[in-house]
Amino acid sequence: MTEAIKGIEKETVPGEGAVAATTVAVARTPTEPAAGRGAALRVEGAGISFGDFRAVQGIDLDIPAGEFLCLLGPSGCGKSTLLSAMAGFIQVSEGTLTAGGAPVRGPDPELGMVFQSSEVLFDWMTVHQNVTFGPRMRGVSRVEQNRVADEFLGLVGLRHCADRYPGQLSGGMRQRVQIARVLANEPGVVLMDEPFGALDAQTRQVLQQETARIWEASGCTVVFVTHDIDEAILLADRVAVMTAGPAASIKSLYTVDLPRPRDESDPAALRLRSRLREDIGEEVRKAMRDQGLDDRLDREAKGA
Amino acid sequence: MTITTTEAPAPARTRTRPRRTGGKGGQALRTVGVYAVAVLLGLGVWQLVAVKYGPSLVASPSQTLSAARELAADGTLGNSVIASSRRILIGWGLGVVVGAPVGLLIGQIRIVRLLLEPYTEFFRFIPPVAFVTLAVVWLGIGESSKVVLIFYTAVFIVTLNTSAGVMAVDESKLRAAASLGASRRQILQRVVLPSTVPYILTGARLAMGNSFLTIVSAEIVAAQVGLGSLIWTSRNYGRIDWVFVGIITLGVLGLVYDRILRVIATRVLHKYGAKV
Repeated sequence: MTEAIKGIEKETVPGEGAVAATTVAVARTPTEPAAGRGAALRVEGAGISFGDFRAVQGIDLDIPAGEFLCLLGPSGCGKSTLLSAMAGFIQVSEGTLTAGGAPVRGPDPELGMVFQSSEVLFDWMTVHQNVTFGPRMRGVSRVEQNRVADEFLGLVGLRHCADRYPGQLSGGMRQRVQIARVLANEPGVVLMDEPFGALDAQTRQVLQQETARIWEASGCTVVFVTHDIDEAILLADRVAVMTAGPAASIKSLYTVDLPRPRDESDPAALRLRSRLREDIGEEVRKAMRDQGLDDRLDREAKGA
Repeated sequence: MTITTTEAPAPARTRTRPRRTGGKGGQALRTVGVYAVAVLLGLGVWQLVAVKYGPSLVASPSQTLSAARELAADGTLGNSVIASSRRILIGWGLGVVVGAPVGLLIGQIRIVRLLLEPYTEFFRFIPPVAFVTLAVVWLGIGESSKVVLIFYTAVFIVTLNTSAGVMAVDESKLRAAASLGASRRQILQRVVLPSTVPYILTGARLAMGNSFLTIVSAEIVAAQVGLGSLIWTSRNYGRIDWVFVGIITLGVLGLVYDRILRVIATRVLHKYGAKV
């Protein structure tokens, strides 16, 4: 079922309920896997329910170590719910979910999470203390903490803000602190839940470029939830499009085989963009037909 | 496409934390002025009422002042203030010290909540005054009965506020801490407790106010010294002006303690978002 348009490969996922795991052959070996400490994520026949409510079902994803995967879908489709399960915040009701071969049983420093809201920063701690929180909980020495803070604040360009409090920073800076805090734990997998959704367009663009750079430098596996098609094209090795919820599943998988840094005006990127728009548009229209669908799923997943 | 440099030059100090007192001398002066006007107006009304009803019902400001001098001269006023303050500070302090951890546990651990909730929900409707008799019968007329009554007043308020604060902690903050590798205990110490500080503080302030309510009733029965006892014994001597001294001293004392609490909170607990 692979349609080969230049630079884009589409693999349509078998209809929902299909148990067979669709393993997409990675068309591309990750460009210069720097540190190579990413962990593979494998989701097989996973479904998540809250009581009688079925959020997602029949999810099959095989994410090789070091890959950057974007989960794209209309709002309320359960992207964040799926991500929460990958982070171990909620359990899958059916199927399996493994990271680095071991089942995900709960929150784990190996599975870092960057939240949409920077409210998750600890306001009573300085930026330095926020970033070193993970290492501090593990009881590493002060010298090592300082090294970690220096390295990861440097990576996101916030060394000069180490002694400030989150409340004194702009939204974009706070998200960079959040990213540094997660990376300071050196996780194998970084899960990002629309991390730039609340930012202005310019800041978002800068942070997207930085994210691509940081990912290439760190070599970790990234699962990035977004509803922004351009963001997905800019960042992803593969884009998984989800169907509208409830009982959402993966609609299609695209491999983005374009050189990095990505050029949005590349004809292949433009073609992919229109394909993705078509796919998403279909789902959004479907969602709008089923009235009463709001952001309930995403909110539940965030524990609001 | 240009490559974004990350180590951007330090931006000029854009957002410094707003300071309430910062560089607004004129405004502060005006605030004090308005307060002064309000107090003077109050004193004026008081004087008018005193003139209308006479000294047997209402002591005028000047009569109250001379009565205060009289009571201060023979040491009654000072001793009363010290005795009541001691009881309030010990009882309230114990209430905060016990109430905050209990509230944290109630908010954080389900089984503790289920075990204690019937009691917190029951006793918070029983005012301390209802226990005055029992306290005296059980604990005697000494200090302990008063301190226990104040403690009873304070502990429920602090506990309930603290547990409400724990429940209000942003769930995603807890998730973030867990996924950064913090244990349950570490989350409680490093995330839940600091997030709850503003609630504990509010509880402590409310408890302080209520302690002043309780101290008067606690000292009704069998107390040699104290502001409450001063007010009640003055009645026996028919000294309305002493009653006024007692009441006003209570008010001033409460105000002073609340101010001290607020200053400590803003200085020490500022970074925890303590806004009082």
